[in-house]
Amino acid sequence: MTLLNIENLHKNFGAVKAADALNVAVAQHEVVGIIGANGAGKTTFVNLITGYQKPDSGQILYQGRNITPLPPRAITRLGICRSFQVPQVFMSATVEDNLLIALGLAENPRVPFWRKLRTATLVAQAEELMARYRLADYRTQPASVLPQGVRKLLDIAMAVVHRPKILLLDEPTSGVSLDEKFGIMDIVMGALKEGGVTVLFVEHDMDIVGRYAQRVLAFYDGAILADGAPAAVLGHEKVLLHVIGRVPGERGPKASHA
Amino acid sequence: MRDRTLWGLTAAAVVLAILGPLFPPWVAFLMTVALGRGLVVLGLLILWRTGLVSFGQALYFAVGGYAVGLLGQYLGVRDAVLLVIAGVAGSVVVAAGLGLLIARYREIFFAMLTMAFSMILYGVLVKTEILGSTDGFAVVSPTFFGYAPGAGAAKLGVYWLVCATAYVAALGLHRYLSSPMGALAVAIRDNEIRVEYLGVSVKNAVHVKYVIAAALAGAGGAINALAVGHVDPEMAYWITSGEFVFVAVLSGAGSIAAPFAGSIVFELLRTYATQYAPYLWQLVVGSILLLLILFVPNGLWSLLSRRRWRRA
Repeated sequence: MTLLNIENLHKNFGAVKAADALNVAVAQHEVVGIIGANGAGKTTFVNLITGYQKPDSGQILYQGRNITPLPPRAITRLGICRSFQVPQVFMSATVEDNLLIALGLAENPRVPFWRKLRTATLVAQAEELMARYRLADYRTQPASVLPQGVRKLLDIAMAVVHRPKILLLDEPTSGVSLDEKFGIMDIVMGALKEGGVTVLFVEHDMDIVGRYAQRVLAFYDGAILADGAPAAVLGHEKVLLHVIGRVPGERGPKASHA
Repeated sequence: MRDRTLWGLTAAAVVLAILGPLFPPWVAFLMTVALGRGLVVLGLLILWRTGLVSFGQALYFAVGGYAVGLLGQYLGVRDAVLLVIAGVAGSVVVAAGLGLLIARYREIFFAMLTMAFSMILYGVLVKTEILGSTDGFAVVSPTFFGYAPGAGAAKLGVYWLVCATAYVAALGLHRYLSSPMGALAVAIRDNEIRVEYLGVSVKNAVHVKYVIAAALAGAGGAINALAVGHVDPEMAYWITSGEFVFVAVLSGAGSIAAPFAGSIVFELLRTYATQYAPYLWQLVVGSILLLLILFVPNGLWSLLSRRRWRRA
């Protein structure tokens, strides 16, 4: 079943084409890796789908419904959620409070000011998330002191409080040390697979893309250069040239930068 | 677990209410004014926790005060409780309207815009002759549920009214702080983008908080009018707003009781400073503010208690 239909999406920033005639259909339960050099339009793609930026033309259909004009909060509530390249968490609050606030807001969009936030149900849900995303050891620590990898996990845990159907992960392993990357991806992908979530993740590390994606979109200059199975896309001549680096089998500068 | 804040507030309210008749008149008056202004500061703290500073709470202080004055003058409403409710209602209506614009702004723009609106009201009041221009006008002596006391007893009645209002407001705020809307304050201050991506409109939340703060300022203004027996445009002046911000800094955000304690300290300071140094009292206030910011940046309350804010 097709969950997300992106039709002829265009977005320019001045003379820069950030999205150039994008056409993508994403089926339910797909895990899609998004690759491309810096400035290729990956984050713009995420921003367009979640309503943070509006396309110049084209439309985005979610379960057949046109969501292009909706603001991020409405799209979030429909079940399309995202995490961020730089974790967007509440820095002065503890890990537990971050999750409680997120769960509380997800529970009731009208934000009551009379009922207690800290209910037994909500605390139990927060504990479940902390267990699933390996945050329990950091429960009482403010987000500002967390190691980057843990903060990334918190950011993702906060993105799933709405029980999304589609989750967009913007560089889930950027800023994380090399030996932590697979650990984090295992935790995240395991949890999401259990929930039957359709995942689109932006990633620079081709080893991670190869391991976790069922399908890869390669971006270049705002356009999709190749779309298909990982092996085919990662071996595609133009992708090797523009995204990964010239020599097959070797990491390009962008990949190691991530 | 027992709620210590709840018991603390209740004990404080009972003690203050009992002490009322025992206070010399000047102390009772000072306490009434201080607690009334403490309500305004309580509202400022709601905004402060959201990362916003309003330099225009005097707008709602004046709306509350003038609502009391006008209702008494032109409609013959004299019941103190009704008058305070009217002051709150007037402020809520004005804030609901202005909030549509103000809730879009942050930081210095928020502060300046709130100040601009209060100065517009100040300008209007100063130029309106039927409202007494710069002199303002007298407020009727209030009645209490149909009982019309003499001047002395009426003052005590207003004192008890402010104790009750402050108690109810403090309890309500205590409840609010542990609610999702209360927790949203820190969330908005820390990261608006995340709040939007949690499915909530930051603008609406700021609007709600702005209206709550205005309601508290309206109550404070209404009580001030009843206590002083007079309203004038100074209530809307930017220096009045500045004093509220000063008291907020003086008190700190350490507790719900802090604004009231800070407000009492400020009124004492003002009383003694004007008595002993009538031409220098603003110098005294300024120096104290400087010392506070340097040495007690978290407010006087932080000296009493090292505890952080209760969990949101």
